[in-house]
Amino acid sequence: MSASNEAKMNAVSLNAWYGAKQALFNVSLDFVPNKVTAMIGPSGCGKSTLIRCLNRMHELVPNTRITGKVLLDDQDIYSQGSDPADVRRRVGMVFQKPNPFPTMSITDNVVAGLKLSGVRDKKRLTEVARNMLERVYLWEEVKDDLKRSGASLSGGQQQRLCIARALAVEPEVILMDEPCSALDPIATAKIEELIASLKEIYTVIIVTHNMQQAARVADYTAFMYLGELVEYGETSQVFESPKQPLTERYVTGKFG
Amino acid sequence: MARKFSKVDSIFRFLVLAVASAIVVLTVIYFYVLIKDSAVTLRTGLAFITGSTWNEEKGIFEVLPELYGSVVTSAIALLLGVPVSIGVAIFLSEQCPRRLRFPISFLVEMLAAVPSVVYGLWGLIVLSPLLEYKVYPVAQSYLGFLPIFRGRIFGLNFMTAGIVLAIMMIPIVASISKDALMAVPDSQREASYALGATRSEAVRMSVLKYARPGIIASVFIGFGRAFGETMAVTMLIGGAPDIPKSLFYPGQTLASLIATSYADALTPAYRSAVIEAGLVLLLVSFLANVAARTWIVRVTKGREAASFA
Repeated sequence: MSASNEAKMNAVSLNAWYGAKQALFNVSLDFVPNKVTAMIGPSGCGKSTLIRCLNRMHELVPNTRITGKVLLDDQDIYSQGSDPADVRRRVGMVFQKPNPFPTMSITDNVVAGLKLSGVRDKKRLTEVARNMLERVYLWEEVKDDLKRSGASLSGGQQQRLCIARALAVEPEVILMDEPCSALDPIATAKIEELIASLKEIYTVIIVTHNMQQAARVADYTAFMYLGELVEYGETSQVFESPKQPLTERYVTGKFG
Repeated sequence: MARKFSKVDSIFRFLVLAVASAIVVLTVIYFYVLIKDSAVTLRTGLAFITGSTWNEEKGIFEVLPELYGSVVTSAIALLLGVPVSIGVAIFLSEQCPRRLRFPISFLVEMLAAVPSVVYGLWGLIVLSPLLEYKVYPVAQSYLGFLPIFRGRIFGLNFMTAGIVLAIMMIPIVASISKDALMAVPDSQREASYALGATRSEAVRMSVLKYARPGIIASVFIGFGRAFGETMAVTMLIGGAPDIPKSLFYPGQTLASLIATSYADALTPAYRSAVIEAGLVLLLVSFLANVAARTWIVRVTKGREAASFA
């Protein structure tokens, strides 16, 4: 699994630590453009750590470090002179618990990232806000009161708002860290439908502890265990004919 | 078993209720005593706080200069102290290396415990000459076009009192603001970073706004401290009951008036005036607190309670 020109992102021999504790061991993985890749594995297997290394969020936790490379369009995002803020604009992220800005209106939440990069044109901001809210199927539900606080929405609506906020800065890759784990089944179904539509434009990488979800939304699936990548392939192959006995035991629910 | 618990519960509820009612009763007693003992001058109505005459022979006592002095020194303290306090709070909560956070916070909180007479002495002996001879002349040469910085520079004046009040206010405002900032969930910071925010942009776009109710509360607690501060101000303000244009002139505040003249208040009218000054002091602090509460409620309106969890 070496770096290839066809991949949008590659993790190359990635190791990551929290203090003295190593969380990732020599992980190499290619992420295919315009596809959904799911990371599965039991709690503590390193799947969240891995995606947090893909947009340099890992280093925000004190006393952490990594070795290895992460390529975005063949450029190492950890090379000298690479700006973490630029990386994060190109590789957006949606978190486990919806985290809208409670002091901002719905509109301001969506365009928060755009304002950060200096867009001041009111007309353009309103337009982008509307487009993004439509893209995450939230527009119809909120259009009558866009001045409401982002925190006044339901959990599922908040998560779609957070996705809209991530999309508004026009990233190339979207990372999702268990985006449905705090949501009910109906809200989850809406987000999954949304993920399927996102891959037309973006490369999507999603962490999930829910194997059915991986099977439903992902084109590729990576199974991780104790910080190592055990198996990676097309989702149907990983679930139906896993090559590693460990993967088979996990996807058939014998442990986890 | 169940009955025993419910008995303990009701005793507990009674005790808590009693303590809470004591607060209400105390407040009522405060106001009652202040109003009763200032009856003589209360009859003169609003003239007490709108006039500037203070004549013991004629029995006319008006405190506009003192009210002005309290407001102006507190305003100087807020203008100078709040930005510094918020800066200290941001440093401690967002920038400071973890190992240094505790010792520095401890030092800041210790400064809040320094007795105000010590601040007054330090202001009198160290700060006041420095300001009078080194700082104010320079400030005057640049800002002298403003009436508040014009004219003669006195050793004891509004500005010096205000600066020492600012210094006294910083530890308390900084430590409450720091607690408010540290209570902001990391998910808010991560949300900003994930949109490409730098550290300072994250502070501005999400952390400060989220912590705003707590920061507002800290500012009003700081104001309360400055407005009611007695010892240090009495030592530094100069004790002149005037309303000069310049901040480099001596003045007087409500608190320093009470402290310096209560012993001389031999006539009923005089005594009543000093007590009414206390009533005015209490009322202004009370109104400031009401304003702070209203503001905080307005700021937090529309936020989900859960977002504070």
